[in-house]
Amino acid sequence: MTIDTDLPSNVAADRPEDADQLTAKLRHAAVAALPPERLMPDRQPAYVASWIYVFGILTMSALAVVILTGIVLSIFGPLWWHVSSTGHFVNSLHLWSVELMFFAMVIHLWGKFFMAAWRGRRRATWITGIVAFVLSVGTAFTGYLSQQNFDSQWISTQAKDGINSTGAGAVFNVLNFGQMLMWHIVLLPLIVGVIVAIHVLMVRLRGVVPPFAPPGEPVTSTEPVTIGAATEGDES
Amino acid sequence: MQTLSTALIQVLGSVFNLTGPGHYINWGFIQLSVANLIVIILMVIVFFAAILIPFRRHGGDDR
Amino acid sequence: MSAATHTKKVRRFNPDRDVKEWHGKYLPYDLVKEGIIAVVVVSLLTVGLTVLFGSPDDTPVTVKSWSTANPVDFVQTAITELDGSSGTASYGPPYNATAGASPSILGVSPASFFGVHHPIDTANDFVIAPLKTLPSDPKVQAAISEYNAATPQQQAAWTTAYEKAVANATYTNGTLKVPAGDYGPVGTMMASLASMARSGALDGALMSSRQFYGTDYTKPLMLIADGTYLADLGHAQHLSGDQWGMMNETGNYPGQAWLWLYTMWYQVPPFKTSANADLQVWGLMMVLTLLLALVPFIPGLRSIPRWTRLYRLIWRQHYRDLAAGSASSGRSPPTASSVPPASVST
Repeated sequence: MTIDTDLPSNVAADRPEDADQLTAKLRHAAVAALPPERLMPDRQPAYVASWIYVFGILTMSALAVVILTGIVLSIFGPLWWHVSSTGHFVNSLHLWSVELMFFAMVIHLWGKFFMAAWRGRRRATWITGIVAFVLSVGTAFTGYLSQQNFDSQWISTQAKDGINSTGAGAVFNVLNFGQMLMWHIVLLPLIVGVIVAIHVLMVRLRGVVPPFAPPGEPVTSTEPVTIGAATEGDES
Repeated sequence: MQTLSTALIQVLGSVFNLTGPGHYINWGFIQLSVANLIVIILMVIVFFAAILIPFRRHGGDDR
Repeated sequence: MSAATHTKKVRRFNPDRDVKEWHGKYLPYDLVKEGIIAVVVVSLLTVGLTVLFGSPDDTPVTVKSWSTANPVDFVQTAITELDGSSGTASYGPPYNATAGASPSILGVSPASFFGVHHPIDTANDFVIAPLKTLPSDPKVQAAISEYNAATPQQQAAWTTAYEKAVANATYTNGTLKVPAGDYGPVGTMMASLASMARSGALDGALMSSRQFYGTDYTKPLMLIADGTYLADLGHAQHLSGDQWGMMNETGNYPGQAWLWLYTMWYQVPPFKTSANADLQVWGLMMVLTLLLALVPFIPGLRSIPRWTRLYRLIWRQHYRDLAAGSASSGRSPPTASSVPPASVST
């Protein structure tokens, strides 16, 4: 195999750079914050050695299966799974992948809580994780409302009182199937996707939280913490 | 072929049919479906298993 | 960023907020391989659970199925829609302007603030307008005209009389038998509405009142939910609010178990008996969710992980390594430029 040195990318690489361009500046900032080695590292600190660390990726894998089965259900439309046994099978896949996603997500949350994973400027990672959890609850809820069966009727007529009491019922009408389906298959997946992406990028940016000081050592060190000088990012 | 796969899916989709009267547990003011209870117990078991079962690190010179 | 921000700010190390970044050993960890295995495992589990258990799909209740299964309950509900005493009619915002109906906390009622957005006039929307779609029945049209022409006092007298009579109504051999009473045209209207409901025509009339393509089921759902038929079905499936129903699913399927805390509040005082429970529980859950998100900032809460010491189990290999002194013989981290350089640590 010969290498074509006239590939467009190679040509571009030889050109002089316009460093004051917004495009160039954005690229530099992105690469500086998340160089490829940090975005896709092949090594982790030695303390990353527990099965508890796999529940984040398990949650995301379940999310992938949820989205995939949801896409299949979307292709054939909302009525399909009520009239076709294949459709019902896909609906079952969708339901169980959701149950698995919450299963893994809750264990991931417990694990991160007991590791105090917000330490060392990782608070945004924690907060985006909680936001992702709350949004997932909302997405699952609108999914239950979009089933067009007894379950949807029951859940919507029960849930309306709580949502109406907050005033949100003025806009968010749980008895409106069309609106709930749109939230379930367009708006909420979009928002969940963005939040999960930010969450994962935050994990890569800040890294996996190091352990507490070992049992032998006093945990309350008197060592001062330096803020704002050493590395990038903000701090309050 | 079409009917065979359809029949297969119908059989596969209902090895254990969970439709029917639900089973519930009452502890004081707590009312819980057996299905939810199993899910919650499994979550706790898996959580502690994840912590307790040794995780084999790769390439460590101490392993 | 100005030069001033580069001035070093120094504060006390707090073990629940701060951490000494890692300068120790890095070991190979194949994230992509882990991801592929995770997708395979989750897919297999999903298919396995699907094959074993499937998913529920209980048929929905229609006005037709309700009025066929329990015609007396249907008529008893319908008269409350006409006289404005039903759950929907007295709901308040966002469905109608009934004063003082919406839950409030400390005199503030968010629902009242936002006002009516999905207006429902139960007498017209659930009874009179559907009946007007039966133009070929002059007896019904005459009854509607008579009812509409009457004074509010006369209407109330008729509906009250009918409500009393229908309490003892029976349904035998396809006929609704309501004891006689001085309820004027209301008897004809209710009988027609009941037969319209049993034929399935009322389902259509409630949906198509605005346009051909319907996706908004607010009106039929509100009507069905006003009866006791739907409530009884839900109660039998352990789905009621006072049965921790929000986290339950029909049949023996697991439900939204993650709603356990939300549904728990409805089982305990003071929410259990509060008229404002919905708003109180939602308010409480919003505060608790905010607390969960802000755990890293809250002294005490953020110390729980350190106090519980579960972390010693999670990181036991690391602490063993430290005790053995092996962590100090570190190897270079992957990116010397972007990650702090390897050095002897702790």
